[in-house]
Amino acid sequence: MAAFDLLRWIPLIPLLGSAINLFFGRALGKKTAGALACAAVGAPFALACYVFWQLPAAGIFRDTVYTWMDSGAFQVNVSFQIDALSAVMLLIVTGIGFLIHVYSLGYMEHDEDLVRFFVYLNLFIFFMLVLVMGDNLLLLFVGWEGVGLCSYLLVGFWYHDPNNSIAGNKAFIVNRIGDFGFVLGMLVLLTELGRQGIWTLDFIELQKHASMLSPAIISVITLLLFVGATGKSAQIPLFVWLPDAMAGPTPVSALIHAATMVTAGVYMTARLHFLFALAPETLALIAVIGAATAFFAATIALTQNDIKKVLAYSTVSQLGYMFLALGLGAFSAAIFHVFTHAFFKACLFLGSGSVIHAMGGEQDMRKMGGLKAHMPITYWTYVIATLAISGAPFTAGFFSKDLILWQAFSHGATVLWGIGLFTAGLTAFYMFRQLIMVFHGDCRADAHTKAHLHESPAVMTLPLIVLAIGSIFTGWLGAPEYLWGSSWDRWLEPLFGAAEAHHGSVQTEVTVTLITLGVVAVGIIIAFIKYGRADAKISASAAEGGFFYGLSLNKYYVDEFYDAVVVRPFTACSAFFARFFDPWVIDGAVNGVAATARGFSWIWRGLQTGNVQHYVAGFLLGTLALLAYYLGQI
Amino acid sequence: MNPSTVIFFVLAVLLVLASLMVVFVRNVVHAAVALVAALLLIAIFFITLQAPMVGVLQVMVYAGAIMVLFLFVIMFLNPMTPERPRRAWWALGTILALLLGALLLPMVSKGELLADPVAATEFFGSPESLAKSLFTEFVLPFEIASIVLLVAIVGGVVLAKRER
Amino acid sequence: MVPLNYYLVLSAIVFVIGVVGVLIRRNLIIVLMSIELMLNAVNLTFIAFSRFLGSMEGQVVVFFVMAVAAAEAVIGLAIIISVFRHRETLDPQEMQLLKW
Repeated sequence: MAAFDLLRWIPLIPLLGSAINLFFGRALGKKTAGALACAAVGAPFALACYVFWQLPAAGIFRDTVYTWMDSGAFQVNVSFQIDALSAVMLLIVTGIGFLIHVYSLGYMEHDEDLVRFFVYLNLFIFFMLVLVMGDNLLLLFVGWEGVGLCSYLLVGFWYHDPNNSIAGNKAFIVNRIGDFGFVLGMLVLLTELGRQGIWTLDFIELQKHASMLSPAIISVITLLLFVGATGKSAQIPLFVWLPDAMAGPTPVSALIHAATMVTAGVYMTARLHFLFALAPETLALIAVIGAATAFFAATIALTQNDIKKVLAYSTVSQLGYMFLALGLGAFSAAIFHVFTHAFFKACLFLGSGSVIHAMGGEQDMRKMGGLKAHMPITYWTYVIATLAISGAPFTAGFFSKDLILWQAFSHGATVLWGIGLFTAGLTAFYMFRQLIMVFHGDCRADAHTKAHLHESPAVMTLPLIVLAIGSIFTGWLGAPEYLWGSSWDRWLEPLFGAAEAHHGSVQTEVTVTLITLGVVAVGIIIAFIKYGRADAKISASAAEGGFFYGLSLNKYYVDEFYDAVVVRPFTACSAFFARFFDPWVIDGAVNGVAATARGFSWIWRGLQTGNVQHYVAGFLLGTLALLAYYLGQI
Repeated sequence: MNPSTVIFFVLAVLLVLASLMVVFVRNVVHAAVALVAALLLIAIFFITLQAPMVGVLQVMVYAGAIMVLFLFVIMFLNPMTPERPRRAWWALGTILALLLGALLLPMVSKGELLADPVAATEFFGSPESLAKSLFTEFVLPFEIASIVLLVAIVGGVVLAKRER
Repeated sequence: MVPLNYYLVLSAIVFVIGVVGVLIRRNLIIVLMSIELMLNAVNLTFIAFSRFLGSMEGQVVVFFVMAVAAAEAVIGLAIIISVFRHRETLDPQEMQLLKW
């Protein structure tokens, strides 16, 4: 383990950028503040590349900044650590973060609050880096909470519309529920290990001593931590905040709700893989929930008409794939999908941002169409990213998604494989539906919007191009053995162990891949049949579409369900406490004490008659008492 | 029944009658006169108890100066308004006082107290013996008593002054 | 010779009568006179004990009691005069400004 003082600058530079823009941004002006913010992410990216280049295989760099807590045997440092896993995450966060910052210069150019936007965005990068680079669970959690905060700030960025603030609240509160599980899991871990005499939350130390805990305890801990992951990474049951979070500006959706923050749950699970590996029941649960979420979200995406909502549910679905992989024990495959997904999902979101920008803020796909001619760069990058997410051959999504499906099949989880397979078909369908609705056919926009359709400026299209290229070639790092092998697996091998032995022959693997491609092709064809023809019916209401269509369009009424089962009882309980319990019981008790004192004094003040003769009588009574006492003594 | 006992009882009855008059008559002047009578009777008791100096002082100071002061004030104020009685309070007050009596009397009627006095010398109770105690053993209280009287004089003048 | 008890009993009776007067009467001057009565009863006790114990101290105490009683009567009467000037009444039940 080498000490590497440079590491602390990686999170620190964005923090400084955020602080400078916070205090001096207005004085610097929009252009300078924006450039500064981009530099504040670009520099860490350069550093990250350097660190990555320097990192030896199976090596670990550590930079301890200072001791945060020192309590007896328990010590927690603010200390950053880079190993194979965090190096990869680091590159994703800073690299894609940088591209999105550059894109935002164009997208947010006309927004008055541009400076505040970059303050929050840099702050987010800082926290995400703390999350990814922390060497102990507590520091990870600090980053975890911090990104939740930034997510709230950025989703509710245009706060003048109260709906945006409500969406921000929803994101934060639902995350909080997950965080509660996370904290409990962390505390149980700490205390149970402490019971054995080991007081630590360092990842390296935890890995050494994890097997000291009983299986039951490990199950509890991993379940609680997974609850936290479902919150942050939008799995069933805590995914409801992600679609609403689309209220934030599109670069935010791209960065936070596609590429980085939502992958924190996946990262955390991979980071603690040694712990999860000891809890097979939890892993089984994770796999099931992952697959279920993937399928469930995909079915909702089929009918959505808002361009960003389709992508949001798509993100939930792809995150489900990642958790499916984690649940199967294929940690390397899960992180690989994180990596590829970051590229094509960010590309899709930024592309949609480009479309929205051109449409003057319109997000309803039923009012789009035929944009291919007006925005060629956006169109072609969108095509590439759509192919990637669908799993077209030799795109990034092909390699990462197929790897997950192969892992499912070869581990014998045939049902989960089947669900994943069907979902891949659904994914292809809804993504191409979106592509066709937005870019093909006739333009359904009104005349005014049509006149203003234009390609986005270079500052927005360049990141799109970079991401599109990544959507193809990043996948080539993780090719199966029968092609040119996976340098990805080799890179992460020291951490996760040798790549899971492929239980099955090469023929089986190829067959499975071909089946997947077949399903994907069917999905694409159906999409073209339904929407690609000249006379295709674009908008269908719930009444026209039938029962399942309505169910999907209304998101299976999950929000309404939560509202009725959780929110309303909770508010009723609050109302009870606020309107009854607090004024009557608590205030009553306090006021009651005062009233009792007043009552007593009301009784006793009767003695103060002001009449001297009454006072003399009082003397007399006292004297009588004394006399009686002495009389008794005689 | 020897003569001293008879005299004692006669004087005692008179004293009690006088005190009852002080407390229960309507007219203030009558009450004052009754009080003078009571004080004189007590002076006689002092003299029978071998305290001639104190007895004379009682007549001069108490019955003489203090009661005259009382009568001056009564004349000066000339209060005419009759008192309105409050039966309940009367009853309560009387009961309390009687309780006091009930508690006191057993104490003071115990039999172990001396029946026969110590033999008295001629010196006992005379002005000389009083003076001797006053100017030796009790000289400090004596001086303080004189200051008290001074304060009383000044205070009395100030309190009773008519405000201009 | 009359036993000491007789004097003490007499004194107690006069004292109690004085207490009755202080408690019951609604004329301040009479209240003051009752107080004097109580003081005199006590004086009687002192002198009786002084005689029966053969000690002059009792008489000295009576001397001081008389002096203080004089002072107290002066102040008391001055207060009565002052109060009467303001309130035109000598009824202690009328003087209830210190009532709650």
